[in-house]
Amino acid sequence: MGKHVLLVEDEVNIIEAIRFLLSREGWQVDTHSDGATAVDTIRAARPDLVVLDHMLPGKSGLDILTELRADPDFQTLPVLMLTARGQARDREQAEKAGVSRFMTKPFSNLEVVTAVRDLVQLAQ
Amino acid sequence: MASVNLLVGVSLIYVTFLFAIAFFAERAAAKGRGAWLRSPLVYTLSLSIYCTAWTFYGAVGYAARSGMEFVTIYLGPSLVMIGWWWALRKLVRVGRVQRATSVADLISSRYGKSNLLAIVVTVMAVIGVTPYIALQLQSVTLSLSIFSAPDAGGEVDQAIAAFWVAFGLAIFTVLFGTRNLNANERHDGVVIAIAVEAVVKLIALLAVGIFVVWGIAGGIAPMMERIDASPIGEWDMDRSRWVALTALSAAAFLALPRMFQVMVVENEDERHLQIASWAFPLYLMLMSLFVVPIAVIGLDLMPAGSNPDLFVLTVPLAEGQVGLATLSFLGGFSSATSMVIVATLALSTMVSNHVVMPVWLSARAEGAQVSGDVRNVVIMARRASILMIIGLGYFYYRFSGGGAALAAIGLISFVGVAQFLPAMFGGIFWRGATRWGALAGLVVGFAIWVFCSLLPSFGPGVVLSVGIFENGLLGIGWLRPQALFGIEGIDPTVHAVAWSLVLNTTAFIAVSLVTFPGPLERLQGAQFVNVFDHSTQARGWEAARATSEDLMVMTQRILGADEAQTLFRAEAKRQGLDGSLPEPTQGFLQNLERELAASVGAATAHAMISQLVGGASVSVQDLMAVADESAQILEYSNQLEAKSHELTRTAGKLREANQKLTALSVQKDAFLSQISHELRTPMTSIRSFSEILRDTEGMGQVEKTRYASIIHGEAIRLTRLLDDLLDLSVLENGQVSLRYEAGRLSDLLEQSIVTAQAASTRSMDIRRRHVNEALVLTTDLDRLGQVFINLITNAQKYCDADDPELVISVQQDGDELSVAFRDNGTPIPDAARSVIFEKFARIGDQDGSGAGLGLAICREIMARLGGDITHVPAAQGNTFVVHLPRRAALAAQ
Repeated sequence: MGKHVLLVEDEVNIIEAIRFLLSREGWQVDTHSDGATAVDTIRAARPDLVVLDHMLPGKSGLDILTELRADPDFQTLPVLMLTARGQARDREQAEKAGVSRFMTKPFSNLEVVTAVRDLVQLAQ
Repeated sequence: MASVNLLVGVSLIYVTFLFAIAFFAERAAAKGRGAWLRSPLVYTLSLSIYCTAWTFYGAVGYAARSGMEFVTIYLGPSLVMIGWWWALRKLVRVGRVQRATSVADLISSRYGKSNLLAIVVTVMAVIGVTPYIALQLQSVTLSLSIFSAPDAGGEVDQAIAAFWVAFGLAIFTVLFGTRNLNANERHDGVVIAIAVEAVVKLIALLAVGIFVVWGIAGGIAPMMERIDASPIGEWDMDRSRWVALTALSAAAFLALPRMFQVMVVENEDERHLQIASWAFPLYLMLMSLFVVPIAVIGLDLMPAGSNPDLFVLTVPLAEGQVGLATLSFLGGFSSATSMVIVATLALSTMVSNHVVMPVWLSARAEGAQVSGDVRNVVIMARRASILMIIGLGYFYYRFSGGGAALAAIGLISFVGVAQFLPAMFGGIFWRGATRWGALAGLVVGFAIWVFCSLLPSFGPGVVLSVGIFENGLLGIGWLRPQALFGIEGIDPTVHAVAWSLVLNTTAFIAVSLVTFPGPLERLQGAQFVNVFDHSTQARGWEAARATSEDLMVMTQRILGADEAQTLFRAEAKRQGLDGSLPEPTQGFLQNLERELAASVGAATAHAMISQLVGGASVSVQDLMAVADESAQILEYSNQLEAKSHELTRTAGKLREANQKLTALSVQKDAFLSQISHELRTPMTSIRSFSEILRDTEGMGQVEKTRYASIIHGEAIRLTRLLDDLLDLSVLENGQVSLRYEAGRLSDLLEQSIVTAQAASTRSMDIRRRHVNEALVLTTDLDRLGQVFINLITNAQKYCDADDPELVISVQQDGDELSVAFRDNGTPIPDAARSVIFEKFARIGDQDGSGAGLGLAICREIMARLGGDITHVPAAQGNTFVVHLPRRAALAAQ
């Protein structure tokens, strides 16, 4: 099967945790840490789902999402956004920008795994 | 026998002498050497114009006819003078303060500058006084005829003599009464001539008296015997006449226009009144001393039917004392002329000011173009009035035919002018008096006087028919001129005095009570009645100072005490009057007006100054009220303005505070957002890995250990973050307490390096120059060490060189000690340099173990220690320099 997930995140420990969780579920997990180049990487990799951190060096997750949604090819790509800021305004902005799912850190492992599974199934 | 020609010659010499005296007095006054002209003695003597020919000749006649009653004529004025403190003082003060020029001026001024009143008073005065002037002319010609009578060849045409006397008096009065028009209407020449005449008439009367007592009677004792034997000593005293006549003479003394002229208008100094209060009664006493002896001897000596009014002349003549008789004639001449001069002067002032000038002014307003100085017009009006009044007196004398007894005419005149008294003194003592009340009183009193006193004096059948005397006016019984309201049997004089004054006063009070005074009347009334409250004793040069004081008081109320005093002091200095008040010169007044205008407006300032200086219609007290009021308003508006300023300031502060709060709120939001991120990130790892550890079965030991150590590391990171946050918070709030102690810089660096290296996994070459570090510091060593550790740790953490190297160098530069930490890593980009000391500022994507608070903490610590920390830009490596002030750094030991 081997569904493809791209994780855009700069915190090494969190990368390790998410990679562990999704790999165990059978996902192919690629990671990218730099915000500035994230969109190019996503275009090139064409993942089934993107897990996107909100605060990234170079370019914020919100800007990356907005850029993706502007591209017709990626308007339906499931994007799960994770944020450590957790303010109501951030959620609104993200939903406006077209996020598929929005979660605050710290997250429950089960929720992340379930969300990824649901989003991919929904997209199909 | 003395020829008339000789007498005329003597008279001419005497008149020339008077002209000369008056001339020199005027000249002396003009040159400013006339102080002696204004002595209390001259003032007292000038009051003697009360003693006219009527008193000089008539008193003896009066005594011969009615005994001691003549004394009442002297008693009234004496009482007024002795009691000067109660009535006369106030009259003089009011007259001076108001600059009243005449009785008419005073009354009109009191009742709101009513010219109608002034005209009424003027007309009454002219009508009342003209017979009196005629009487003086008559007395002079009568006395002349006495000398000529025995000499049939030198019969004097009395009418021609009267004309020349009148002409001479007119010339004198015009010359000395209208020489100049000074504001205070004073006439030095006239006054001194009157004073000389007063002395002449006193000496003449005393000489005749002494001659009679010692020359004829043979001493005091025989004289007393002859008086006892004479019918004069027997006659009873009619009390009602005594009271009425004393009151009448007192009233006339106060109300006569000529008395007002010498007593008030010509008054130089109010203190003269004090001396005159005893000196004038003394003069009157001397004048009356020999009246009874002369009358008694005259009655004894002269043939029956002789005119007792002329005993003063005829007794010496009968005894062959021509010289004495001539002196006596001069005395009578003096009495007559002085009265005519002053009375004419007083009346002409009234006529010209209240009748001629208003008419001329209104005529001019209607288009009659008259160019030139108004002063000339005034002088011309004054001269015309003088000629007119003396002319009136002359014609009255010519056509009344004389005949009536001197004293009778005098009394009638007294009753007439006494009608002014209620309006004058009511105005001075009663604020409730009104214009209409004064007018009513004057008209009623005047009418009764004309009807009951003046007209009957011509005798039944002359003006008033016999029928009116017997049956009353229009046949109405109670309108009989000598028995008003049917009350009969009263002495005609008492009748006239009582009815005229009682009804005058009643009408005055009653009408005053039912009418209301106008605003100007009210102000004037207050100023008259309260004259002692707010008029300063104005005399001579002190008059100017008094005005300055008023100006000062007013200025203080408007500008405030300090500013007013500064202003006045500066002006006094400029005038060379250091230490006293400045003279109110034109320049000063203009300056003052400008200053006041700044506070109260130009119009008000001008009004205030002109009222104060001009002494015009608004009283000082009222002005003060206005000034107080505007001062209060000013203060109130100042307060309002201050409050408004304060409000604006408060609003500004609030706006500022609000902006600050908004900025703070934005900062707080950003900070909370940051904190949230910094806290949630490690917590995310901790939660995630702890769930992995919990939920994953059959996990290898290696993995377990790895994940547990991640959790452990993140927990430590979290703790350190919290520690830093608290530390920073304490430092930022200034709540940190510093512990100063002395320590070696080298030791502190050593410890810091050891601590930093122990916490780091990366090794780094650290180089130092120990010689420079041989310093003893007095500072908070722990805090400074914290800064050092942070810098060394940062260098270890972020230096990306292959062979990381840190050079620590110490430099002592004057007041400053600096410790530089220079590594060989990639320099921080310029854009980032400005934020590295801000909270949560982290550069690049390094391992993220720091929360970005380290440099912020360092900066706060250095600020607390009185120094700072900077990042020095360089092409190679990064250099952080810690500066410490010298006072914390002591020299090496």
